[in-house]
Amino acid sequence: MERIAESPLAVYQAHLDKGELAYQWSPDAQKAVFYPRVICPFTGSDRLEWRVSAGLGTVYATTVVHPAREGGPYNVALIDCDEGFRLMSRVEGIAPEAVRIGMRVKFRVHRPGGDESPYPVFVPVEAA
Amino acid sequence: MDGLRRGSAAIVGVAESDLGAVASEMSPIDLMAQGIHRALADCGLGLRDVDGLLCATAQSRTSGLALAEYLGISPAFIDTTILGGSSFMFHVSHAQAALTLGLCKVAVIAYGSTQRTVGRRHASVREYNPYETPFRPFLPSTAYALAASRHMHQYGTTREQLAAVAVAARDWALLNPVAWEKKPLTIAEVLSARMISYPFTVRDCCLVTDGGGAVIMTRQERARSLTKPPVYVLGCGQAITHANISSMPDLTVTGALESGRAAYAMAGLGPNDIDVVELYDAFTINTILFLEDLGFCPKGEGGRFVADGRIAPKGSLPVNTNGGGLSYCHPGMYGLLLLIEATRQLRHECGARQVADCATAIAHGNGGVLSSQSTVILGTEAAV
Repeated sequence: MERIAESPLAVYQAHLDKGELAYQWSPDAQKAVFYPRVICPFTGSDRLEWRVSAGLGTVYATTVVHPAREGGPYNVALIDCDEGFRLMSRVEGIAPEAVRIGMRVKFRVHRPGGDESPYPVFVPVEAA
Repeated sequence: MDGLRRGSAAIVGVAESDLGAVASEMSPIDLMAQGIHRALADCGLGLRDVDGLLCATAQSRTSGLALAEYLGISPAFIDTTILGGSSFMFHVSHAQAALTLGLCKVAVIAYGSTQRTVGRRHASVREYNPYETPFRPFLPSTAYALAASRHMHQYGTTREQLAAVAVAARDWALLNPVAWEKKPLTIAEVLSARMISYPFTVRDCCLVTDGGGAVIMTRQERARSLTKPPVYVLGCGQAITHANISSMPDLTVTGALESGRAAYAMAGLGPNDIDVVELYDAFTINTILFLEDLGFCPKGEGGRFVADGRIAPKGSLPVNTNGGGLSYCHPGMYGLLLLIEATRQLRHECGARQVADCATAIAHGNGGVLSSQSTVILGTEAAV
């Protein structure tokens, strides 16, 4: 295996910087791989291709976190993207408790600013 | 589990350390040592007999070194496998293997935690995960809440059914003199308690206490010569499905399906043969998931199964007879205390909460965020 020039996380973050949600594709397994890694968890092969998601998905699971101290309730969800991978995120643009399993959602990049890296969030498709 | 023979090793001594809120400046290793001292007294062995040491704690990076030094022993066999709260069920199978291979003669499994005294943040450092941490999941609660959301969606499980698990645990705890919780609990009180991560209120979540203990194991022949009736290891099984909740394949099916299958196969038993059920109830959904995956009810029926007090003290299936992580004690990694309770039930030492005529028990450990599952089936001499 050649020396790795750029970590899987660095490539993923570079895509997010451009406003893209990237994932890996295993040509041997014919499956999407997420989170990004050095070898494919289905085959053990290091043949992994980077792809950019169309950004459409479905809410697989959802909860509302109620912080004990500061801040109001917020959503945490697992999203199944149409390309066949799942990620943790949140659904924005509606009340956190209004997020429903099965709801169609669309990716947008969230840029927290400061030292924090951009990360993917989702909004309901109807509101996109 | 291929290679392990049912009944070839036994639990011969058990003890809890101090529980709940321990004296200030106590360390996790102090609690392990206290548990070991009491467990050795329970079976009539001494520290010089111990040549196998198994332990885990989130508060000591090399707990095996710390504990061996503290005890003044140099164990022939040592194992500090740490996979969360189920670690100690993994230790049972590792100890059984070591004992039967002759790597050691007396194995001690120990745990200690002072998470209540020092604060959960200090007891267990959260690792940063770039794919989860930015979304501020309140872990582990949020991970289990996501699983509960899925179970509710797919099977119609209700918050009232989840609450029934907490109420049953509380009813058992009221029969256990060392349980943390001392007052009755109602479904309405569970539902109206402070929300943590929907659908869980604080009453759907395990306690945050100090605590620990120890379990002593020997081979079958040695076990029969000791103080108390041996409690034999009839079956062991394990499964790891993921580490982080976003990588769990199906949030409604846990690795307990596989760990249970392996443990039942080794024991030559099925769920209908089990008299006492001890399940790792970090959250109310756990009990429901494990009842399903270990075959006590069909998949999806767990919520309806626990309603109406079926797993409470006067119900038909005794589950979490010590009061569970929800109402008895939950010192971070609770699995060892399940093994202790199962052993005591099979020895008929449990007083008001004793299950009549029991000969077999299942102790099921869960670790991480439904990540590691390990099942141990125990039985009396009559069950071997």
